[in-house]
Amino acid sequence: MYFYKLNMAVRIMTETLIRNHLSHFEVAIAGCGGLGSNAAVALARSGIGKLFMVDFDRVELSNLNRQYFFYDQIGQYKAHALADNIHRIDKSIGLRTSIVKLDETSVTQLFATVDLVIEAFDQAAEKQMLLETMLVNFPEKPLIMGNGMAGFGKFELIKQQQWDKQVYICGDFTNEISEDNPPLAPRVGIVANMQANLALDLILKMRK
Amino acid sequence: MQIILNNRPAHFEGEKITVNELIKRKNFTFKLLVTKINGKLVRVDERDNAWISEGDKVEVMHLISGG
Repeated sequence: MYFYKLNMAVRIMTETLIRNHLSHFEVAIAGCGGLGSNAAVALARSGIGKLFMVDFDRVELSNLNRQYFFYDQIGQYKAHALADNIHRIDKSIGLRTSIVKLDETSVTQLFATVDLVIEAFDQAAEKQMLLETMLVNFPEKPLIMGNGMAGFGKFELIKQQQWDKQVYICGDFTNEISEDNPPLAPRVGIVANMQANLALDLILKMRK
Repeated sequence: MQIILNNRPAHFEGEKITVNELIKRKNFTFKLLVTKINGKLVRVDERDNAWISEGDKVEVMHLISGG
């Protein structure tokens, strides 16, 4: 155990140590669309202990251009379909799902026990609600948001920024989705994986 | 008065202004913003009563749909 702590300090960790550490933590995925489904899969493959997936929506054909679902899952609740896909990758991950449209009350109730929250909503209004609710109710809990990732190219505009003690933002801060600027797999995947990457970094500094 | 807006110096007429007034004067056109004064969150419904004065550090972030 002492050796493990020593390694923590210098941040040199073998994959076994990383997976062992991650296995004690639970991450909430707020919205299981393009950002949420891809971030969840990256965390699952890295060895996160538990995932809590929240989404009220069902898989549609138009989601398959960027979200981690398959043709035969159209019509299923995204949270359930994602749970199935993650268990196909790793059966040992603890999974919880909730089919609910998150609001201030449900965020406060549902996210009380998780170690970190990944914001993966589609609508800016929901992003604002989650950010404000987390800052007011859980100021010590890390929140990693996605903000601006529509279109293609422009990789150099994507960045990661700490916005508050425990609030981090990944994205290009500019490119809003629209008919002429659709969300596409590469850029959505880049931001989702940035969120997962940052989540790993933060969790590997946490103690339990 | 002189303040720091999004990490850059900014000048406004008068001794103090509300957060909503600042948003109007700076022409922030995005509908969804998150605001802070001196590191403390100012929620949407507090912006008319949250005052900014000399030396304050103000942050305004756009929230963008897509995900």
